[in-house]
Amino acid sequence: MFIDFLFTLRAHKLNVSTHEWMTLMEALAKGLHDSSLDGFYRLCRTICIKDVAQYDAYDQAFAEYFRDVARDAAAMTQQLQDWLNNPALRNQLTDEQRAALQGLDIEKLRELFEQRLREQKERHDRGNRWIGTGGSSPFGSGGEHPTGLRIGGGGGRSAMQVADERRFREYRKDVILDVRQIDVALRGLRRLGREGAEEELDLDETVDKTCKNAGEIDVVFRPPRRNRVKVILLMDVGGSMDPHSDLMSRIFTAASRSGRFAKFRSYYFHNCIYQAVYEDALFRKPVPVADLLGNSDRDEKLVIVGDALMHPAELLEPGGASYYYSNNRSTGLEWLRRLGAHFRSAAWLNPEPERYWPGTTIEPIASVFGMWQLSLDGINAAVRHLVRGGPKPVVGNPARWSG
Amino acid sequence: MTNFDQFSGTSTYIASDDLRHAVNVAVALEKPLLLRGEPGTGKTLLAENVAAALGLPLLRWHVKSTTKARDGLYVYDTVARLHDSRFGGDEVKNIEHYIKLGPLGQALAATSRQVLLIDEIDKADIEFPNDLLLEIDAMRFRIDETNRDVVAAHRPVVIITSNNEKELPDAFLRRCVFHYIEFPNRELMAKIVRVHHPKIESAVLDHALDVFFSLRGTPKIRKRPTTSELIDWICALNKAGVDLKKVGGGIPFLGTLLKTEHDVELLGKRAKA
Repeated sequence: MFIDFLFTLRAHKLNVSTHEWMTLMEALAKGLHDSSLDGFYRLCRTICIKDVAQYDAYDQAFAEYFRDVARDAAAMTQQLQDWLNNPALRNQLTDEQRAALQGLDIEKLRELFEQRLREQKERHDRGNRWIGTGGSSPFGSGGEHPTGLRIGGGGGRSAMQVADERRFREYRKDVILDVRQIDVALRGLRRLGREGAEEELDLDETVDKTCKNAGEIDVVFRPPRRNRVKVILLMDVGGSMDPHSDLMSRIFTAASRSGRFAKFRSYYFHNCIYQAVYEDALFRKPVPVADLLGNSDRDEKLVIVGDALMHPAELLEPGGASYYYSNNRSTGLEWLRRLGAHFRSAAWLNPEPERYWPGTTIEPIASVFGMWQLSLDGINAAVRHLVRGGPKPVVGNPARWSG
Repeated sequence: MTNFDQFSGTSTYIASDDLRHAVNVAVALEKPLLLRGEPGTGKTLLAENVAAALGLPLLRWHVKSTTKARDGLYVYDTVARLHDSRFGGDEVKNIEHYIKLGPLGQALAATSRQVLLIDEIDKADIEFPNDLLLEIDAMRFRIDETNRDVVAAHRPVVIITSNNEKELPDAFLRRCVFHYIEFPNRELMAKIVRVHHPKIESAVLDHALDVFFSLRGTPKIRKRPTTSELIDWICALNKAGVDLKKVGGGIPFLGTLLKTEHDVELLGKRAKA
């Protein structure tokens, strides 16, 4: 039953497993769906979907599959019968209305309802024919037709309405990137080692020593495991990076969170890196790149965040630095290569969408540093590269820039 | 079929229809209920109220970054045994004496049905949920040191909360029933506030909710105020006897709603503009 719905869900990239599907069947057998479409909508979502980021896709799949079956026959008949069997309500009717009611028996009303529902293609309010709200057609809710049929109880909305509304659209994963998510992505960037104060009980060693001591207890402590990764973060600010400033501040917040790395330093640059980077975003405290290379270990991880977009002269010609009075004798690309040669592992995160990369200055820069898009997936891939190494992603034709 | 609608909220906890439904599905299917949602939407409180509503005892397991899956089952106190061994005695020979059951272990070993809260499961190591798969699925575990198998006589109602910090492994997710607690809408929020402040006047409540939801709607705000902060704020207003209608422009006790300098500054700038 509903096996097609399973495949509709899977077609929407919702990886519902057999395990979950069997659970759903068990739940249906127990009647947990309340014999209604609304109940089924909730039940199926509760059991099969485990991530709010997928609620939107679920809503779409549900709307697609149940568009043609959006009638809740069992519940409807029950409501109708309850209504018709409720004499108190009938007494409130005028004689005319009661006469009209006589002429409209259950079967007829239901047939008419289903027929209208099939014809109706969209939401409809305030009319006298279609099913909707606030109208005088016999079908719908909040309406005025005397013998009308109310759909859904107590102001509650139907599953189709909820599904069609797509309330969960903003939770989709490809859109958001907040501090916490970056934080989680950066958690992968670690190499544990024992260093520092001895605070943890070393059980094996304690037992060993105690035995050698003929049973006299000798407690041994050792330092706890800590992350040993050191990170240098270089950030492009100003100019074309202004639209991304919010994102940059989130990256910085996540990366600089205390205790994350054994050592964390961050510097700023504008457009491209030449002989100096800056301790502050206002470019008042320069740090020569030569000094930076001199006092950093080759095992430190270099992370550069920037759009890598500039005039080709700024990257490829001596004296190309446009913004500063610094007159660079080596080209920007040479400075980047010096950085790239010093650090064993480095990654460049770029907020520009990947499809715009080829044919720009991103291409030569990506031949020096592995470049990933500044998205959750991109950060994860960059972190993997920093920890485990591996080939850089290819942008355009790297052979053109080797040299 | 036993009664499905076992949980319908309590007098101090207002649950949305969807949430009640999810709890009842989890109870009926005897599967763990995984809850996610913004902080302050009452994930942890739910467990207490499910326990109260079902009349079952509650066991809590607050997960920390250093928590290991085995800690929840049992801990073998080797150091105590080592210590005791110097003096001899019968107790030392009985390893059972040094096995201390953790919250999950207690829930499985209990003679009656229990509610178990596993709070903030995402705080622990990435592999933590994977280490619990068998125990959650089969509701049994083995104490290696004594060769004892503990099998649950009554499958506990397990409620797991997560702050959405980290992807939980698929294999773990498959075994759970999932619910995302949405931030309450205005109507539900009014009900929730009334539970905590039954005497509040409608006009005051309306005004407070206006301020609260406009704060939450402010773009670029870093930490949006949550339910518990709203309740604290109203409590502060009550205690100080401040009448919201008479306060021109500014928001009194802003510190109870906004918790970062950035947000307070941002709001100040907006008020001036």
